[in-house]
Amino acid sequence: MTTHTLSVLVENKPGVLTHVAGMFSRRAFNIASLAVGPTHDERVSRMTIVVDGTSTSVDQVRKQLEKLIRVLKVVELTDNAAIERELALIKVRVEPALRGQLLEVAGVFSANVVDMSPTTLVLEAVASPAKLDALLAMLDSYGTCELVRTGRIGLARGASVITDEPGEPDEPGEPGVSAAQPTALASAAARQAETAA
Amino acid sequence: MEELTGAQALVRSLEQQGVEVVFGLPGGTILPTYDPLLSSRLRHVLVRHEQGAGHAAEGYAWATGKPGVCVATSGPGATNLVTALSDAYMDSVPVVAITGQVGRSLIGTDAFQEADITGITLPITKHNELVTDPERIPAAIAEAFHIATTGRPGPVLVDVPKDVQQATAPWRVGDWPPPMDLPGYRLPPPPSRAAIEAAAQLLLQARRPVLYVGGGVIKSDSHADLRRIAELAGAPVTTTLMARGAFPDTHPLALGMPGMHGTYPAVAALQEADLIVALGARFDDRVTGKLADFAPRAKIVHADIDPAEIGKNRAADVAIVGDLRFTMAALADAVAAAIADGTAPQTGDWRAVLDSWKRQFPLRYAQHPDGPLKPQYVTERLSALTGGNAIIVAGVGQHQMHASQHYTFTRPRSWINSGGAGTMGFAVPAAMGAQVGRPGETVVAIDGDGCFQMTAQELATCAIEKIPIKVLIFNNGFLGMVRQWQELFYDERYSYVELGTAIPDYVKLAEAYGCVGLRCDRADEVDAVLDKALAPTDVPVVVDFRTHDREGVFPMVAAGRPNDEIVLGPEFSAAEQRAATRREMEL
Repeated sequence: MTTHTLSVLVENKPGVLTHVAGMFSRRAFNIASLAVGPTHDERVSRMTIVVDGTSTSVDQVRKQLEKLIRVLKVVELTDNAAIERELALIKVRVEPALRGQLLEVAGVFSANVVDMSPTTLVLEAVASPAKLDALLAMLDSYGTCELVRTGRIGLARGASVITDEPGEPDEPGEPGVSAAQPTALASAAARQAETAA
Repeated sequence: MEELTGAQALVRSLEQQGVEVVFGLPGGTILPTYDPLLSSRLRHVLVRHEQGAGHAAEGYAWATGKPGVCVATSGPGATNLVTALSDAYMDSVPVVAITGQVGRSLIGTDAFQEADITGITLPITKHNELVTDPERIPAAIAEAFHIATTGRPGPVLVDVPKDVQQATAPWRVGDWPPPMDLPGYRLPPPPSRAAIEAAAQLLLQARRPVLYVGGGVIKSDSHADLRRIAELAGAPVTTTLMARGAFPDTHPLALGMPGMHGTYPAVAALQEADLIVALGARFDDRVTGKLADFAPRAKIVHADIDPAEIGKNRAADVAIVGDLRFTMAALADAVAAAIADGTAPQTGDWRAVLDSWKRQFPLRYAQHPDGPLKPQYVTERLSALTGGNAIIVAGVGQHQMHASQHYTFTRPRSWINSGGAGTMGFAVPAAMGAQVGRPGETVVAIDGDGCFQMTAQELATCAIEKIPIKVLIFNNGFLGMVRQWQELFYDERYSYVELGTAIPDYVKLAEAYGCVGLRCDRADEVDAVLDKALAPTDVPVVVDFRTHDREGVFPMVAAGRPNDEIVLGPEFSAAEQRAATRREMEL
């Protein structure tokens, strides 16, 4: 599955999640994951939406999101120009004899043990989606009995920020096709990151 | 500072907004608002069913270009608006719906007549809002009208709990509109100069261009610029079901309607085009047929106010995002400038081909003097007797297609119908709304007998309010379009499509509603009956035209099939059909 991560600034108002989720449902777009939370500006929330790019045109998703009245800004986070993280809590069934081995695996992935019983333990892992998938694959051989993931969140690398000042109501968009703008922002951030490195 | 109840603020906001008429029906949770409404200068038209209020608001908006307003109570009142809102959403019609809601403390308790109408209408409105603070009412109303009428128009619903209507708040509004809080609402950008230059160059270089004109040209009132562009570039014009009237059917460059029941010249011209300039149109499946086989050799210029339409169905070679009002004027200027610089259009051969197609493959039907009455004949007589100057409103089905094909439209906002949603029952209430918006004009609803029975109750509204619409029922006793599909695609197995012509007796029904009822089943009586129906009066008229039950709509492209498989219909010989399919051109 090719995924695309969209970072979406929305007004922090009642019903906004329903508007966004409803649009995905009505247009038959597939959401792989969705995470919502406040930002440093209490009027604004941020949604990180992972879209299945094999079944869905990401360009259409972005344009349809931008049409929603409560949506302020949509930016696509591209792989090498963004940091993406996910938190997982994983309950693993483990015999005492194998516990040490399991802790070693957890250590490799920088996962913390946050709960322990004679037959289970709960790991807390924060990682990029790929790394998290690798950890889960390792744990499969022990017996994962419960799993919860937060869904992906992300930020562009470098100094540039998603423009989060709410614009004027009547502010016109970019002349012509405005599609290129978010990508330009992301790639500018990537270039800066490269320069810094 | 003046203290107003939420209800008073709501009514005053509508007045300040310049609303002249609202279509509605009161009930429990909207009662507080109906009280100040009684002493307001707003005209209120009391409908018989809330769906009628919704379609009337649409008809008013189509006919006038101004937003239509409908009002209903909570629960079933609000859900009865749903079909009309969905219709307005599909056809981008500016409508503001105001609904009562149960009191704030009751929301979520399954209270009497409670429905989550903002949840229900979320996918079929441009925006909606549940107002929870009386002080917010003026801004919420102003925002609703702003959103409904700007950018790509559409319906907006404002849901107001009963106790919010009853609570008081200071009226702080100075000049209207009050400050609006819409940081995420983006108006369309000005069209890109470079894209317009590129489009003008492509248009003048093309050998086989077609202007594919959609409803956006009507909504943006840019029909005059359309005509300039067409005439300067010598480019033929096809007007979609949403755009009939945007370009006069009498013009030599007019091809008529494209699509599933489009004219042969329009359908074939798009298939053979080397350039399609789509103006406020959205490459709907009813126009393109099988998308992969649509206009295979054409480059595409796509001008639209909604960036999400660009590339949604067909990729654009040149995209012009922006309000067509500006796009069309700039494009006309760019074409004129390029011609002044010495670039001459080269469409003479193409136009000769199209003219020969118009002669060879016109819309054809057979009305025998003593044979069954044909809906096409009635429509053509109506067109002749009204000089193409009536406002025609149609429902959905065969009568709609016959009306669109056979009425000669000469001006914008003279054709009103349910395009995208395909809502049966649209015609009578939409005609009512159109007539309210344009009181001095002749408004004729062309309706099917199936459609008519879905919303006929609004005849009572029309009769009492002296809204003198003319309703021509093409009564073939069938759900005719469904019957046609069963005939063609289901081995003539007519499954539950026969309504019968006699029940109800439409003449008696009309009279029962206080309207004039007429009947006609002979071709030689059509003119006399139409003359009688069209005579100026303040009483609505209903005519029961007993039309042929076997008559189909042709030409036709079967759903999902390529447009090249267009079927001309039974009035054409096998040789003619072969010639149309082979389409030998000398270009």
